[in-house]
Amino acid sequence: MYGQEFSLQSISLAIPKSQITGIMGPSNSGKTTLLRILNRLTDLIPDILIRGQVLLDGVDILMPHYNVNLLRARVGMVFAKPIPLPRSIYENLTFGPRMHGVKDRRILDERVEQSLQAAILWDEVKDRLFESALKLSGGQQQRLCIARTLAMQSEVILLDEPTSGLDPISTAKIEEALRNLKKDYTIILVSNNTKQIARISDRVAFFLMGDLIEYGPPDMLFTNPSDKRTEDYVSGRFG
Amino acid sequence: MKEKIIEKILTLLAFSAIGVLLLITVFIFKEGLPVILKAGIKDFLFSAKWAPTKGHFGILAMIISSLAVTFGSIVMGVPLALACAVTLAEFCPPRLLVFLKPTIELLAGIPSVVFGFLGVILLVPIIREYLGGPGLSLLAASIILAIMILPTITSISIDAIQAVPLLYKEGALAMGATHWQAIWLVILPAARSGVVTAIILGMARAIGETMAVIMVAGNALKIPSSLLDPVRTLTSTIALEMGYSAGDHRTALFAAGMILFIFIMALTILANLLMRKK
Repeated sequence: MYGQEFSLQSISLAIPKSQITGIMGPSNSGKTTLLRILNRLTDLIPDILIRGQVLLDGVDILMPHYNVNLLRARVGMVFAKPIPLPRSIYENLTFGPRMHGVKDRRILDERVEQSLQAAILWDEVKDRLFESALKLSGGQQQRLCIARTLAMQSEVILLDEPTSGLDPISTAKIEEALRNLKKDYTIILVSNNTKQIARISDRVAFFLMGDLIEYGPPDMLFTNPSDKRTEDYVSGRFG
Repeated sequence: MKEKIIEKILTLLAFSAIGVLLLITVFIFKEGLPVILKAGIKDFLFSAKWAPTKGHFGILAMIISSLAVTFGSIVMGVPLALACAVTLAEFCPPRLLVFLKPTIELLAGIPSVVFGFLGVILLVPIIREYLGGPGLSLLAASIILAIMILPTITSISIDAIQAVPLLYKEGALAMGATHWQAIWLVILPAARSGVVTAIILGMARAIGETMAVIMVAGNALKIPSSLLDPVRTLTSTIALEMGYSAGDHRTALFAAGMILFIFIMALTILANLLMRKK
């Protein structure tokens, strides 16, 4: 609830491990707010009121004494607009691990390579790791941001419309990376792009005006939705 | 037609402002250059013997004093100002910031003679008592100047910090940075050019300050060897001696002003360049 306005109400979702959970819905349906609650970026918003529980491995992360910084290391976030820090590619990737106490140069190097491989970016940047990350193209920057959460060894990756500003080829590369990653990570993908959700999600949630309308496997939502509103949305009649 | 006339008048006014600057520059150089050429640039800049009535025009002691006082004020003032800026921009509730930022800027509006007075009454006796020496000293001048440049540096730094996109901060926090880590590792580096500009403008203010410095610096003409030595800066010399000087002495003071002018110009241009680079 922002001020007097509800942006989400009475949501209950069980997010399965090692799968991609897609969240779709028109703008203003509360998707982004939900993601931000999951790693408590909502803490930055004054006057926000959140009631309920978010359980990660059975522990409520909304408890006031919960260590937010550790939470955000475990639950990484990729934003709609790629925001590399104004530093080199290498520093962007080692920023997270360093902050959490990893200092050994060899481990850092290893993590950089692994995470860039996993984000399908290694071949494109391996010769210019020490150039500014701001020189990369939009698609590369977004994959760098994904790699950044991987380098931190997050367990959960939240993606907020990660391909909204990208061309189809970059989008395809990111989707490929996500598919490869899901066996090791729990991925939650928010997207306005219904087709993308259908392509790569294992479970799909449909939100409308802050309500969870339907949640289930993509086959069900896209071919045989139980709610009329879901059917209207996936068939493109509104939204 | 009317439009045209107004436009012309405005242009004329704008150029007259620049014209004044140009005239000042020409005047200072016209007055100051001959004595430098007469004494020789080397003797003028690199000799500490200043006896203008006897034909010695070395201003080295003053240059060193000016630089030392400025450096001292930066060393003390910058950490304070930056801490102030970070606190106000990042930790202070917005409602309080609206009140506190103008208050800090108000500090810049206090006449320098008041700072000098406070220095003489409060600071100088403390230094004399606890650290020794005459009290009127390089240290006293540096401390007073540090307080005087505080509002300039703080206020410009706050603007620079607030101009850093919120996305950077969110990005850092989303990676598990604490608020402090986000400030130290992401926000301050991103605001660096603005902060450096703020420091340079603070330096320009410090090196050009006259009244407060005259009152607390002791004004003894020699190259200082300790923080507790009295010093006489370029500005102090000009202000103190202009009243009774004549002939070559007067011209030499203009020459000292010329050097000061060049220092401040260089700092301002540097600040402008850095601001544009952002």
